Amino acid sequence: MSGFGRLVQRDLRLALRQGGDAAMVVGFFVLAAILFPFGVGPEPELLSRIAAGIVWVTALLAALLSLERLFQADWEDGSLEALALMPLPLEAQVLAKCLAHWLVTGLPLAATAPLLALLLQLDAAGYPALLASLLLGTPTLSLIGAVGAALSLGARRGGVLLSLLVLPLYIPVLIFGVGAIEAGIGGFGAGPHLLLLGAMLAGALPLAPLAAAAALRQALE
Amino acid sequence: MTLHRFANPARFMRLSSALLPWCGAAAAAFIAIGLYLALFVAPPDYQQGEAVRIMYVHVPAAWMASLVYALMALASAVALIWRHPLADIAALSAAPLGAGFTLLCLATGSLWGERMWGTWWVWDARLTSVLVLFFLYLGYLALVNAFDEPGRGARAGAILALVGIVNLPIIKFSVDWWNTLHQPASVFRLGGPTIDASMLWPLLVMALGFTLLFATLLMIRMRTALIEAKIRALMLSEIERHGAAAPRGAVTS
Repeated sequence: MSGFGRLVQRDLRLALRQGGDAAMVVGFFVLAAILFPFGVGPEPELLSRIAAGIVWVTALLAALLSLERLFQADWEDGSLEALALMPLPLEAQVLAKCLAHWLVTGLPLAATAPLLALLLQLDAAGYPALLASLLLGTPTLSLIGAVGAALSLGARRGGVLLSLLVLPLYIPVLIFGVGAIEAGIGGFGAGPHLLLLGAMLAGALPLAPLAAAAALRQALE
Repeated sequence: MTLHRFANPARFMRLSSALLPWCGAAAAAFIAIGLYLALFVAPPDYQQGEAVRIMYVHVPAAWMASLVYALMALASAVALIWRHPLADIAALSAAPLGAGFTLLCLATGSLWGERMWGTWWVWDARLTSVLVLFFLYLGYLALVNAFDEPGRGARAGAILALVGIVNLPIIKFSVDWWNTLHQPASVFRLGGPTIDASMLWPLLVMALGFTLLFATLLMIRMRTALIEAKIRALMLSEIERHGAAAPRGAVTS
């Protein structure tokens, strides 16, 4: 088995054995989204109008919460330095870690989203676009987040700093993610928005690991 | 090779101290002339009336916001690739200035919008992307100052500055890609500017004045940063000498 696969397996095993990473992220996602009916009032028309935005914003915040742990634990116990000595390039390792991160956060978020959409009265026509946009968008969130997580390694108040760095870069994903669902409901077809989300993923896939690996090298110096 | 000659901090201090008064005087002169032209000479717009004069501050500030970011990213790339001490300092010194220009652009744009569109703010692509630029500047400043070791903060900031450069083409082309309330480009476009010469000239004078102002402030900030570093090094060597003396005294007593 390749080093890439083994690293994904290791991260998954760590996440599952230490327990609760995915569960906490999903728990936050559900709770944060449930706050909205209390905050804006339970009228079904209003909720169904803003459901797409609520689901996407809370999913984004939930993904953000889990980012800090992406490299932190490995950095603190020194295994990041051992990983850097592996023959596998650091860029590929970042990609493996992003894949593992997405499997324990992005995928559960996408799986939970339809349930939340149901609670928030999302129009039935929006469900395919909701799932597709989250499946295409959350990997981009993990990749961009990896850059922020690597940059803020060892910083004071790393968590707050991380959100300050990453949230502005998340805005395009949010715009087109919500746009896809709205277009799906409006009957215009979510295609163009999903294509743009795919383009962002295609751009982040090679570029984000490059930047994150460079940042990790700085942190290890 | 010729560039290397300017990368020497001592040479930079000498060169900048010679340039600084001229650059500052030119900035003051151009901004004064530009403001006079903009406020008294340029004609009021046939649709917008006198409110169009906000443009002479808003547009140069917007240009500077992008230009400073591009320069910051360039300096960051130079700092990362060649490990130039001056490039690091240039990027760090440019960031607050860029954030200032961006804030000025957003504030004047908001005032202008209230007159012309009837609203302080709309979430259209141009406004949103400039707001993101402002947050990129703030994130850069927060990141640079978040580490105990300043060198690490500068290097992390350099990578962030390069990542954030994806926003610049989005700002430039946002008015073409999306149907926005903000007007499309009227100066830097294929087929020449569509803005009338009587308005274009004051605008260009102001833009030159803003650029010179940025150069002046950047030189002052870089000089201050270099002097600060020198003071810190002197204080450290002072402490080292005292620190070396103290244990010896403790052993003899």
